[in-house]
Amino acid sequence: MVITVDTAPLLEMSGIRKSFPGVQALSNVSLKLHRGEVLALMGENGAGKSTLIKTLGGAHRPDAGTIVIDGKLVDLSSPMAAIEAGIGVIYQEFNMIPALTAWENIFLGREQTSLFVDRSDERSRAAALFGRLGVNVPLDIPSRQLSIAQQQLVEIAKALSQDVRILVMDEPSAALTPREVRKLFAIIRELRSQGIGVIYISHRLDEIFEIADTITVLRDGLYAGDAPTSDITRQQLIELMVGRSIENEFPKQAAEIGDARLVVTGLCRDATVTNVSFEVRRGEILGLTGLVGAGRTELVRLMFGADTRDAGQIALDGRVLNINSPRDAIRAGMCLLTEDRKLQGLVLCRSVRENFGLPNVRHLSTFGVMQQQQERSAFSGYVDSLTIRIPHQEQLARNLSGGNQQKVVLAKWLQQNAEVLIFDEPTRGIDVGAKHEIYQLMNNLTAQGKSIIMISSELPEVLGMSDRILVMHEGRITGEIGDVASTTQEKIMELAINR
Amino acid sequence: MNESKPFRWTGFANDYGMVIVLLILIAAFSVLTLERQTSTGTDAGRMVARDIIASHGSSSTVVVVAGLKPPDEAFLREATDTLEAAGATVAATVGGKPADARRTIERVLQEGHSIDAIATTGDAAKWSIYDRFESVGSDKCVSAAPTLWPTFAKSENVLNVANQTAIYAIIAIGMTMVIITAGIDLSVGSLVALAAVATAVFIRDVGDGTETGSGLMVVACCAGVGVCALAGIFNGVMITRLGIPPFITTLAMMLMARGLARRLSDELSIQALPASFTWIGGAATFGIPNPVILMVVLYGVAHVVMSRTVFGRYVYAVGGNAEAARLSGVPVKRVIVVVYTLCGALAGLGGIVQSSKLGSGDPKLGLMFELDVIAAVVVGGTSLMGGEGRIFGTLIGAFIIAVIKNGMNLMKVGAPEQQIVLGAVVLLAVLVDTLKRRGTAH
Repeated sequence: MVITVDTAPLLEMSGIRKSFPGVQALSNVSLKLHRGEVLALMGENGAGKSTLIKTLGGAHRPDAGTIVIDGKLVDLSSPMAAIEAGIGVIYQEFNMIPALTAWENIFLGREQTSLFVDRSDERSRAAALFGRLGVNVPLDIPSRQLSIAQQQLVEIAKALSQDVRILVMDEPSAALTPREVRKLFAIIRELRSQGIGVIYISHRLDEIFEIADTITVLRDGLYAGDAPTSDITRQQLIELMVGRSIENEFPKQAAEIGDARLVVTGLCRDATVTNVSFEVRRGEILGLTGLVGAGRTELVRLMFGADTRDAGQIALDGRVLNINSPRDAIRAGMCLLTEDRKLQGLVLCRSVRENFGLPNVRHLSTFGVMQQQQERSAFSGYVDSLTIRIPHQEQLARNLSGGNQQKVVLAKWLQQNAEVLIFDEPTRGIDVGAKHEIYQLMNNLTAQGKSIIMISSELPEVLGMSDRILVMHEGRITGEIGDVASTTQEKIMELAINR
Repeated sequence: MNESKPFRWTGFANDYGMVIVLLILIAAFSVLTLERQTSTGTDAGRMVARDIIASHGSSSTVVVVAGLKPPDEAFLREATDTLEAAGATVAATVGGKPADARRTIERVLQEGHSIDAIATTGDAAKWSIYDRFESVGSDKCVSAAPTLWPTFAKSENVLNVANQTAIYAIIAIGMTMVIITAGIDLSVGSLVALAAVATAVFIRDVGDGTETGSGLMVVACCAGVGVCALAGIFNGVMITRLGIPPFITTLAMMLMARGLARRLSDELSIQALPASFTWIGGAATFGIPNPVILMVVLYGVAHVVMSRTVFGRYVYAVGGNAEAARLSGVPVKRVIVVVYTLCGALAGLGGIVQSSKLGSGDPKLGLMFELDVIAAVVVGGTSLMGGEGRIFGTLIGAFIIAVIKNGMNLMKVGAPEQQIVLGAVVLLAVLVDTLKRRGTAH
């Protein structure tokens, strides 16, 4: 494919600096984006990608540096100024009013009014936008009923309606199924052919090599390098991001697998989980996969007592457990690393130390009084062993990068010393280096005879780390793969869509 | 890796900003109310007696004159004792009106005494009676020299402010916990009345009114607090089990508890209460009003509970993120029920203190208390979003409001203007919190 590149860049950011209290988030970062180019912005969590795109979106004002669009110096002092400059940013958390329809959301705040909103005009203009993207989105139902992929399309359509020339997408594929990612790529290619410059952020290397024309890498708030995608290998890219060489993406070390420990029989809830039975063995990583919405998260929530089950039984080491709440499950020796850290894993407005202590208060207190010294020293052990980057233990969980937040959540569950660990998308949104550390940790746990249930949508990860794989479809287990080494992504997909 | 939080000025201002505001207010009102103060009571008595001995010698004959106010009695006693101890003759002591003093001086002169000096309080020195006697005259009056001191910082006023704040502050402990869980309790004002009435009715009907023994009185108080704790449990259960928002649940409880208090008391104020009951809110120990002592003790306990115990940790976690807390094994519903129960019980305790202070179980007590209490919590820096806030912050908040009210009273600012100022203070406190939040979020 021939890319037409103008000599003058569409966007040129140079010497961007930004610091927050105690953190230098960006120091002297530069970036160039041309018309009709897809630029992948890469880097580990905490490298400064989010801060950089927030300065583009007008959410943060840089302390120093210039932003030039089409040769003109712009001042992106507010989100409004960014929109006027032709920049559209689609953040991971969508800005959508759940009760409004797709088209109402698209034109929110920009309604053409003469006393009343001209509804039919807005609706038809929204339809035209979706037509330009070549997609079909239900126009008249509340946005909360749209799928994540459809909501994303609404965000893209909203950006297009504002005549953007630069579209920034932060991890757009994180919550999409493989098929939806294909559609998204088709749309991005379409936008590229219309001369729009796209900045694409993702941790999935496969996607980057497929969609991006050039790659810019940030590391620790600094510009680490850039290259056309065709000139760089996967290995080189990883090394550029991490700053050191990583031998093997999935460092699986098989532990000795023993008898069944956790046995689940006939678990049911409404339409989400139907008659699920399986077992997890000592020292085993059981991969649990399927499409988004297949009922994987719902299943483990039932096992953990987070939702109430209609029927079914859970036994650990031959003893039937009476689990009615997460509290019961934790006492029985289970833990659940939730898929959503911010909403379910952490109390963001409290310190990392308090978050760490939360499930462990029983062991870190005497007669109801917290032993803070004990808590502090226990946590600092994990800070060292998991290399959690925090200035001090009183740091609020909110102020940590995604990878460090995940490590705090891991620390709190490791301290619990649970026998069965359920990891729901443990590496989602986490950079390559931290991923590697989490895989190593899983190896250590299974070597100690613990059992792990790992939910993941990333098939290479499922294939790379599991001892056995269960595939779910519409609330049922549609397949079990015992011989992981000789299976393929295609085979898993077949089970996942249950043909 | 640092074990403790490094010191930062911005952090210091965040943590202690309200203390600084309180200190500034105290300083400002002290300057604004600086006046010439005449000393009274024991101090004045001793000072006057010493002055007379120094100027007239120890063989002088003295009449001691004072008015009818409470400190005047102490003045009379102290002046007489000091004078007699030094060897002077106290021909008469008068505590009364100017006419009484005139008659007494007349009698003393008739008895053939010559009066060398008249020891008076500052007020009594201004009477015009002395010049009626040729041999006396107002120049023989000796009173304590006035000193320059802020009316605001007089010990009676300080204790008075503390005493008035105590009830709000005690109730605000429970409110702080509730607001930290991202809830609200509008029923506390009504529970003040319910506790007051329930206790008074118990004393009247089960006990023997004013003759009730201390033992039964304690039982009555426990009953009053218990009724309010039950109301708190009811609030908590409605919120956690039936999912009714705290605002609605406690609004309903506000109406029901007030109605119950009026029904129980037949809309009358019950005043037949024993002295052991009025001791709680009306008396002082070591010169400090009992409600203030109770407040200090409760704040000490509450601070430890919220900052050092598992329960405190749970309360913050539930308010910060209830779902994350639940998935970490926190018994979220139980924590919320306990918090509302404590809030109810503390409101009940506040009600007992209030009715004890006023000497009546009145169904009209505690009207609009919930608003003052919520204002104290908010001014004290607790976020209505939940998950953040400090017990001592609330104490400071309660005092900020009390000091502003008292200072404005002393400066004779009218009630309507006071309301406007207090409204602005609450708004300002929330604004500061909002700006702080914006500053730290990134």
